[in-house]
Amino acid sequence: MGEVIVITSGKGGVGKTTTTANLGAGLALEGKKVVVIDADIGLRNLDVVLGLENRIVYDIVDVVSKTCEPKKALIKDRRFDGLFLLPAAQTRDKDAVTEAQMVELCNSLKEEFDFVLVDCPAGIEQGFKNAIAGADRAIVVTTPEISAVRDADRIIGLLEAHDLRDPELIVNRIRIDMVKRGDMMNISDMTDILNIDIIGIVPDDEQIVISTNRGEPAVKEMESMSGKAYRNITKRVIGEEIPFLELEIQEGFMDKVMKIFSFRR
Amino acid sequence: MFDLFKFLSKDTSSKNVAKDRLKLVLIHDRSNCSPEFLEMVKGDIMRTISEYIDIDEDGLDIRITQTTDDEGKPALVANIPIKSMRRK
Repeated sequence: MGEVIVITSGKGGVGKTTTTANLGAGLALEGKKVVVIDADIGLRNLDVVLGLENRIVYDIVDVVSKTCEPKKALIKDRRFDGLFLLPAAQTRDKDAVTEAQMVELCNSLKEEFDFVLVDCPAGIEQGFKNAIAGADRAIVVTTPEISAVRDADRIIGLLEAHDLRDPELIVNRIRIDMVKRGDMMNISDMTDILNIDIIGIVPDDEQIVISTNRGEPAVKEMESMSGKAYRNITKRVIGEEIPFLELEIQEGFMDKVMKIFSFRR
Repeated sequence: MFDLFKFLSKDTSSKNVAKDRLKLVLIHDRSNCSPEFLEMVKGDIMRTISEYIDIDEDGLDIRITQTTDDEGKPALVANIPIKSMRRK
């Protein structure tokens, strides 16, 4: 029996979809059988981030309305053995799926997959409620901005109200140079305020933009800082103890210094 | 000298400003208290205190904030200007 993990944030644009794509690909690289579900109906994006947009035939609405078998709708990623995508419907709205249907879908998928990752839409309305309905575990993504942290706090409250206890935090797009000069909240600032466990830190990295442009998850880029961060998160998700932040940040910082002194290219 | 400067400027670094503002706004968000609720509390407090003291009702300020100690727990703070003490 697999585990259903919802990736959520409240605020839009903090990196839920990128996190879902990289965590999904990362878990597949670890030999797990994974399905990533795009629950953002009407604003489909997980397909383009993963570079699978040209292969969509059926979508999540077709599956929950029993127009087609789940297996038929799942797109197999040929680059990552064991990774599958269930795309969102682009021309429907959030009401096209109900919470009960999501629970049923998640329960049936976790019979076959080790991990079911649900990419939650921004907001706290029906789309959010659908996305968390079938989840066993929640990961909250935030950035070190006041607006994103505030929304994360609200989401944590709502998750707990829906019996998703102890969500874990990913801090995305942290800039060590700004943290060092006191112009960006650091990790302990955020865990203090939100009072939740941290599962990963992803540095602000150009490589993410490049990878997304190409439709190739950064997690497989051995050289990139963000790729390493996502590999670490993947390992923590499957329960490995991977040493933390300070080191990760220092390393990222040293990588940057090395790059400045042109050890690259 | 540099360290001293850093130490002195610690509290005004933009991340600390963000953190303080965030803490305060979260106290409101988490308390889930509406303006109507505060108005009700305000009305009851005024009625009770007016029995003993002449207060300036327009100058009354009541809000949810945080305690000034390290813990920064939520606190209901009322600032009630007195016009005159009423005699018995």
